[in-house]
Amino acid sequence: MAERFEITDAMRAAIGKETAPWTYEVTTTSVRGFARGVGYTDPVYFDVEAARRAGYRHLPAPPTYLGTPVFIPGQSSDTFSTPAAGMPRLDHGLPGLLDGGVETEYRGDICAGDTLIVVSKLADLQTRASKALGTMLITTTETTYTNAATGAVVAVQRGQAIFY
Amino acid sequence: MAITWEEIREGTALPRLEKRPGVTQLVKYAAGSGDFNPLHHDYGFPQAKQIGSIIVHGRFKYAALGELVSNWLGHRGRIRKISCEFRGMDFPDQPIVCTGKVARKWEESGERLAQLTIWTENGDGKQTTPGEAIVVFTR
Repeated sequence: MAERFEITDAMRAAIGKETAPWTYEVTTTSVRGFARGVGYTDPVYFDVEAARRAGYRHLPAPPTYLGTPVFIPGQSSDTFSTPAAGMPRLDHGLPGLLDGGVETEYRGDICAGDTLIVVSKLADLQTRASKALGTMLITTTETTYTNAATGAVVAVQRGQAIFY
Repeated sequence: MAITWEEIREGTALPRLEKRPGVTQLVKYAAGSGDFNPLHHDYGFPQAKQIGSIIVHGRFKYAALGELVSNWLGHRGRIRKISCEFRGMDFPDQPIVCTGKVARKWEESGERLAQLTIWTENGDGKQTTPGEAIVVFTR
Protein backbone atom coordinates (compact mmCIF):
# COMPACT_ATOMS: atom_id res chain seq x y z
CA MET A 1 0.00 0.00 0.00
CA ALA A 2 1.34 3.39 -1.02
CA GLU A 3 0.34 6.88 0.04
CA ARG A 4 1.80 8.24 -3.16
CA PHE A 5 2.49 6.30 -6.31
CA GLU A 6 3.36 7.49 -9.77
CA ILE A 7 3.57 5.70 -13.09
CA THR A 8 7.13 6.15 -14.40
CA ASP A 9 8.20 6.55 -18.03
CA ALA A 10 9.86 3.14 -17.80
CA MET A 11 6.48 1.60 -16.90
CA ARG A 12 4.73 3.45 -19.72
CA ALA A 13 7.34 2.17 -22.16
CA ALA A 14 6.07 -1.36 -21.51
CA ILE A 15 2.59 -0.59 -22.87
CA GLY A 16 1.89 -2.34 -26.16
CA LYS A 17 4.76 -4.82 -26.09
CA GLU A 18 3.60 -8.35 -26.89
CA THR A 19 4.72 -11.49 -25.14
CA ALA A 20 6.15 -14.45 -27.01
CA PRO A 21 3.34 -16.85 -27.95
CA TRP A 22 2.55 -19.63 -25.48
CA THR A 23 0.55 -22.81 -26.00
CA TYR A 24 -2.69 -23.38 -24.09
CA GLU A 25 -4.47 -26.73 -24.28
CA VAL A 26 -8.17 -27.52 -24.08
CA THR A 27 -8.62 -31.21 -23.32
CA THR A 28 -11.52 -33.39 -22.19
CA THR A 29 -9.88 -33.64 -18.76
CA SER A 30 -9.20 -29.90 -18.52
CA VAL A 31 -12.78 -29.02 -19.52
CA ARG A 32 -14.17 -31.43 -16.91
CA GLY A 33 -11.70 -30.13 -14.32
CA PHE A 34 -12.76 -26.52 -14.86
CA ALA A 35 -16.48 -27.38 -14.94
CA ARG A 36 -16.05 -29.36 -11.73
CA GLY A 37 -14.14 -26.47 -10.15
CA VAL A 38 -17.05 -24.12 -10.86
CA GLY A 39 -19.61 -26.70 -9.74
CA TYR A 40 -21.47 -27.31 -13.00
CA THR A 41 -23.97 -30.18 -13.10
CA ASP A 42 -24.80 -29.74 -16.83
CA PRO A 43 -23.68 -33.00 -18.52
CA VAL A 44 -22.73 -31.11 -21.69
CA TYR A 45 -19.46 -30.11 -20.00
CA PHE A 46 -18.67 -33.66 -18.85
CA ASP A 47 -20.19 -36.20 -21.26
CA VAL A 48 -19.00 -36.13 -24.87
CA GLU A 49 -22.25 -37.70 -26.14
CA ALA A 50 -24.33 -35.07 -24.31
CA ALA A 51 -22.11 -32.36 -25.84
CA ARG A 52 -22.62 -33.73 -29.35
CA ARG A 53 -26.39 -33.99 -28.81
CA ALA A 54 -26.34 -30.30 -27.79
CA GLY A 55 -24.68 -29.47 -31.11
CA TYR A 56 -21.02 -29.18 -30.13
CA ARG A 57 -18.14 -30.86 -31.98
CA HIS A 58 -16.66 -32.00 -28.62
CA LEU A 59 -16.88 -31.03 -24.92
CA PRO A 60 -17.22 -27.22 -25.08
CA ALA A 61 -15.05 -24.99 -22.92
CA PRO A 62 -17.34 -23.60 -20.19
CA PRO A 63 -17.81 -19.83 -20.35
CA THR A 64 -14.70 -17.95 -19.15
CA TYR A 65 -12.46 -21.05 -19.57
CA LEU A 66 -9.89 -20.38 -22.29
CA GLY A 67 -7.63 -23.40 -21.94
CA THR A 68 -4.82 -24.29 -19.60
CA PRO A 69 -1.32 -22.96 -20.24
CA VAL A 70 1.21 -25.73 -20.80
CA PHE A 71 3.15 -25.87 -17.53
CA ILE A 72 6.94 -26.07 -17.71
CA PRO A 73 8.85 -25.76 -14.42
CA GLY A 74 11.11 -22.74 -14.54
CA GLN A 75 9.22 -21.24 -17.48
CA SER A 76 5.75 -21.01 -15.94
CA SER A 77 4.49 -19.09 -12.93
CA ASP A 78 4.28 -21.58 -10.08
CA THR A 79 1.39 -19.56 -8.63
CA PHE A 80 -0.76 -18.75 -11.67
CA SER A 81 0.44 -21.43 -14.16
CA THR A 82 0.79 -18.74 -16.81
CA PRO A 83 4.02 -18.29 -18.79
CA ALA A 84 6.45 -16.41 -16.56
CA ALA A 85 8.52 -14.89 -19.31
CA GLY A 86 7.36 -12.21 -21.64
CA MET A 87 5.11 -9.96 -19.60
CA PRO A 88 7.09 -6.81 -18.85
CA ARG A 89 8.11 -6.53 -15.21
CA LEU A 90 6.87 -3.30 -13.73
CA ASP A 91 9.06 -2.26 -10.84
CA HIS A 92 6.20 -0.64 -8.95
CA GLY A 93 7.12 -2.07 -5.55
CA LEU A 94 3.47 -2.55 -4.56
CA PRO A 95 3.08 -5.87 -2.71
CA GLY A 96 -0.70 -6.31 -2.74
CA LEU A 97 -2.53 -7.78 -5.72
CA LEU A 98 -6.27 -8.00 -6.41
CA ASP A 99 -8.23 -8.91 -9.53
CA GLY A 100 -10.10 -5.82 -10.76
CA GLY A 101 -12.28 -7.18 -13.50
CA VAL A 102 -12.34 -9.11 -16.74
CA GLU A 103 -14.02 -9.12 -20.12
CA THR A 104 -13.98 -11.96 -22.63
CA GLU A 105 -15.04 -11.47 -26.21
CA TYR A 106 -15.67 -14.72 -28.09
CA ARG A 107 -15.10 -14.78 -31.84
CA GLY A 108 -15.26 -18.55 -32.29
CA ASP A 109 -16.01 -21.72 -30.37
CA ILE A 110 -13.50 -23.50 -28.13
CA CYS A 111 -13.79 -27.23 -27.53
CA ALA A 112 -11.78 -30.13 -26.13
CA GLY A 113 -9.03 -31.05 -28.56
CA ASP A 114 -8.22 -27.44 -29.42
CA THR A 115 -4.75 -26.03 -29.04
CA LEU A 116 -4.64 -22.27 -28.61
CA ILE A 117 -1.73 -19.93 -29.25
CA VAL A 118 -1.85 -17.14 -26.71
CA VAL A 119 -0.22 -13.71 -26.81
CA SER A 120 -0.61 -11.02 -24.15
CA LYS A 121 0.24 -7.38 -24.03
CA LEU A 122 0.07 -4.65 -21.46
CA ALA A 123 -2.71 -2.45 -22.84
CA ASP A 124 -2.99 0.30 -20.24
CA LEU A 125 -1.77 1.66 -16.89
CA GLN A 126 -3.81 3.89 -14.59
CA THR A 127 -3.69 4.96 -10.97
CA ARG A 128 -6.72 5.24 -8.72
CA ALA A 129 -7.02 6.50 -5.16
CA SER A 130 -8.67 4.23 -2.60
CA LYS A 131 -9.43 5.18 1.01
CA ALA A 132 -8.64 1.68 2.20
CA LEU A 133 -5.74 0.74 -0.08
CA GLY A 134 -3.96 4.03 -0.82
CA THR A 135 -2.92 4.87 -4.37
CA MET A 136 -3.49 1.79 -6.50
CA LEU A 137 -1.94 0.87 -9.83
CA ILE A 138 -4.47 -0.60 -12.30
CA THR A 139 -2.97 -2.58 -15.16
CA THR A 140 -5.00 -3.74 -18.16
CA THR A 141 -3.69 -6.78 -19.99
CA GLU A 142 -5.12 -7.85 -23.35
CA THR A 143 -4.72 -11.50 -24.28
CA THR A 144 -5.50 -12.95 -27.70
CA TYR A 145 -6.34 -16.65 -28.16
CA THR A 146 -5.80 -18.11 -31.63
CA ASN A 147 -6.83 -21.62 -32.68
CA ALA A 148 -3.54 -23.26 -33.72
CA ALA A 149 -5.19 -25.47 -36.36
CA THR A 150 -7.31 -22.83 -38.12
CA GLY A 151 -5.37 -19.63 -37.39
CA ALA A 152 -8.62 -17.95 -36.32
CA VAL A 153 -8.74 -15.70 -33.26
CA VAL A 154 -11.33 -17.39 -31.04
CA ALA A 155 -11.25 -15.08 -28.02
CA VAL A 156 -9.83 -11.83 -26.72
CA GLN A 157 -9.72 -11.25 -22.97
CA ARG A 158 -9.03 -7.98 -21.18
CA GLY A 159 -8.17 -8.23 -17.51
CA GLN A 160 -7.50 -5.60 -14.89
CA ALA A 161 -5.12 -6.23 -12.02
CA ILE A 162 -4.95 -3.94 -9.00
CA PHE A 163 -1.61 -3.47 -7.24
CA TYR A 164 -1.60 -1.71 -3.88
CA MET B 1 -36.81 -25.91 -20.05
CA ALA B 2 -34.53 -23.62 -21.90
CA ILE B 3 -35.83 -20.23 -22.94
CA THR B 4 -36.22 -19.04 -26.51
CA TRP B 5 -35.39 -15.67 -28.02
CA GLU B 6 -39.04 -15.16 -28.93
CA GLU B 7 -40.28 -15.45 -25.35
CA ILE B 8 -37.74 -13.25 -23.57
CA ARG B 9 -38.48 -9.58 -22.89
CA GLU B 10 -36.49 -6.68 -21.49
CA GLY B 11 -36.60 -7.26 -17.77
CA THR B 12 -36.96 -11.05 -18.01
CA ALA B 13 -35.14 -12.42 -14.97
CA LEU B 14 -32.55 -15.18 -15.14
CA PRO B 15 -33.16 -17.99 -12.61
CA ARG B 16 -30.95 -17.52 -9.56
CA LEU B 17 -27.93 -19.75 -9.21
CA GLU B 18 -26.81 -20.01 -5.61
CA LYS B 19 -23.21 -20.90 -4.84
CA ARG B 20 -21.67 -21.40 -1.43
CA PRO B 21 -18.11 -22.50 -2.15
CA GLY B 22 -16.19 -23.95 0.75
CA VAL B 23 -12.42 -24.38 0.83
CA THR B 24 -12.64 -27.74 -0.95
CA GLN B 25 -14.61 -26.20 -3.82
CA LEU B 26 -12.04 -23.40 -4.07
CA VAL B 27 -9.26 -25.98 -4.21
CA LYS B 28 -11.12 -27.70 -7.06
CA TYR B 29 -11.41 -24.37 -8.83
CA ALA B 30 -7.69 -23.71 -8.28
CA ALA B 31 -6.87 -27.06 -9.87
CA GLY B 32 -9.33 -26.56 -12.73
CA SER B 33 -8.19 -23.03 -13.53
CA GLY B 34 -4.50 -23.30 -12.66
CA ASP B 35 -4.74 -20.32 -10.28
CA PHE B 36 -2.90 -21.44 -7.14
CA ASN B 37 -2.72 -18.04 -5.44
CA PRO B 38 -2.55 -19.04 -1.73
CA LEU B 39 -4.94 -16.17 -0.94
CA HIS B 40 -7.70 -18.60 -2.00
CA HIS B 41 -6.80 -21.64 0.13
CA ASP B 42 -4.09 -20.86 2.73
CA TYR B 43 -5.24 -19.07 5.89
CA GLY B 44 -1.55 -18.57 6.86
CA PHE B 45 -0.75 -16.63 3.67
CA PRO B 46 0.21 -13.05 4.67
CA GLN B 47 -2.45 -11.36 2.50
CA ALA B 48 -5.13 -13.73 3.90
CA LYS B 49 -3.99 -12.94 7.46
CA GLN B 50 -4.15 -9.23 6.67
CA ILE B 51 -7.69 -9.58 5.28
CA GLY B 52 -8.68 -11.95 8.09
CA SER B 53 -9.71 -14.81 5.81
CA ILE B 54 -8.99 -16.47 2.53
CA ILE B 55 -11.24 -15.08 -0.21
CA VAL B 56 -13.11 -16.57 -3.15
CA HIS B 57 -11.28 -16.20 -6.49
CA GLY B 58 -12.76 -13.32 -8.45
CA ARG B 59 -12.51 -15.58 -11.46
CA PHE B 60 -14.60 -18.23 -9.67
CA LYS B 61 -17.40 -15.66 -9.45
CA TYR B 62 -16.83 -14.73 -13.10
CA ALA B 63 -17.08 -18.40 -14.08
CA ALA B 64 -20.20 -18.79 -11.90
CA LEU B 65 -21.80 -15.90 -13.81
CA GLY B 66 -20.87 -17.85 -16.94
CA GLU B 67 -22.66 -20.88 -15.51
CA LEU B 68 -25.71 -18.71 -14.75
CA VAL B 69 -25.87 -17.62 -18.40
CA SER B 70 -25.08 -21.11 -19.72
CA ASN B 71 -27.86 -22.69 -17.63
CA TRP B 72 -30.33 -20.04 -18.80
CA LEU B 73 -29.38 -20.36 -22.47
CA GLY B 74 -29.59 -24.14 -22.33
CA HIS B 75 -27.26 -24.38 -25.36
CA ARG B 76 -29.75 -22.58 -27.61
CA GLY B 77 -27.10 -19.98 -28.26
CA ARG B 78 -23.61 -18.83 -27.51
CA ILE B 79 -22.05 -16.20 -25.32
CA ARG B 80 -20.52 -13.48 -27.49
CA LYS B 81 -19.15 -11.37 -24.65
CA ILE B 82 -19.10 -11.64 -20.87
CA SER B 83 -17.55 -9.26 -18.39
CA CYS B 84 -17.60 -8.38 -14.71
CA GLU B 85 -15.95 -6.12 -12.20
CA PHE B 86 -14.74 -7.29 -8.82
CA ARG B 87 -16.16 -4.70 -6.42
CA GLY B 88 -16.12 -6.66 -3.19
CA MET B 89 -14.59 -9.74 -1.65
CA ASP B 90 -16.54 -12.92 -0.98
CA PHE B 91 -15.60 -15.46 1.65
CA PRO B 92 -15.77 -19.26 1.87
CA ASP B 93 -19.01 -20.91 3.06
CA GLN B 94 -21.00 -17.73 2.40
CA PRO B 95 -23.80 -17.44 -0.16
CA ILE B 96 -22.91 -16.04 -3.57
CA VAL B 97 -26.17 -15.65 -5.48
CA CYS B 98 -25.70 -15.27 -9.23
CA THR B 99 -28.58 -13.60 -11.00
CA GLY B 100 -29.45 -11.19 -13.77
CA LYS B 101 -31.99 -9.93 -16.23
CA VAL B 102 -32.43 -9.18 -19.91
CA ALA B 103 -31.41 -5.56 -20.54
CA ARG B 104 -32.09 -5.50 -24.26
CA LYS B 105 -32.98 -7.78 -27.15
CA TRP B 106 -32.50 -6.99 -30.80
CA GLU B 107 -31.80 -8.35 -34.28
CA GLU B 108 -28.73 -7.31 -36.21
CA SER B 109 -27.34 -8.70 -39.49
CA GLY B 110 -29.74 -11.64 -39.21
CA GLU B 111 -28.61 -12.49 -35.68
CA ARG B 112 -30.90 -12.65 -32.66
CA LEU B 113 -29.10 -11.04 -29.74
CA ALA B 114 -29.72 -10.26 -26.11
CA GLN B 115 -27.78 -8.18 -23.64
CA LEU B 116 -27.91 -9.31 -20.04
CA THR B 117 -27.15 -7.48 -16.82
CA ILE B 118 -25.67 -10.04 -14.45
CA TRP B 119 -24.26 -9.89 -10.95
CA THR B 120 -23.46 -11.79 -7.79
CA GLU B 121 -24.99 -10.87 -4.45
CA ASN B 122 -23.58 -11.69 -1.04
CA GLY B 123 -25.64 -12.58 2.05
CA ASP B 124 -26.22 -8.88 2.78
CA GLY B 125 -27.65 -8.32 -0.69
CA LYS B 126 -24.58 -6.37 -1.83
CA GLN B 127 -23.58 -6.76 -5.47
CA THR B 128 -19.94 -7.81 -5.24
CA THR B 129 -19.52 -8.74 -8.91
CA PRO B 130 -21.60 -6.70 -11.37
CA GLY B 131 -21.27 -7.65 -15.01
CA GLU B 132 -22.75 -7.89 -18.44
CA ALA B 133 -23.14 -10.49 -21.16
CA ILE B 134 -24.15 -10.49 -24.81
CA VAL B 135 -25.60 -13.72 -26.15
CA VAL B 136 -26.58 -14.77 -29.65
CA PHE B 137 -29.43 -17.25 -30.06
CA THR B 138 -28.72 -19.89 -32.68
CA ARG B 139 -31.81 -22.09 -32.37
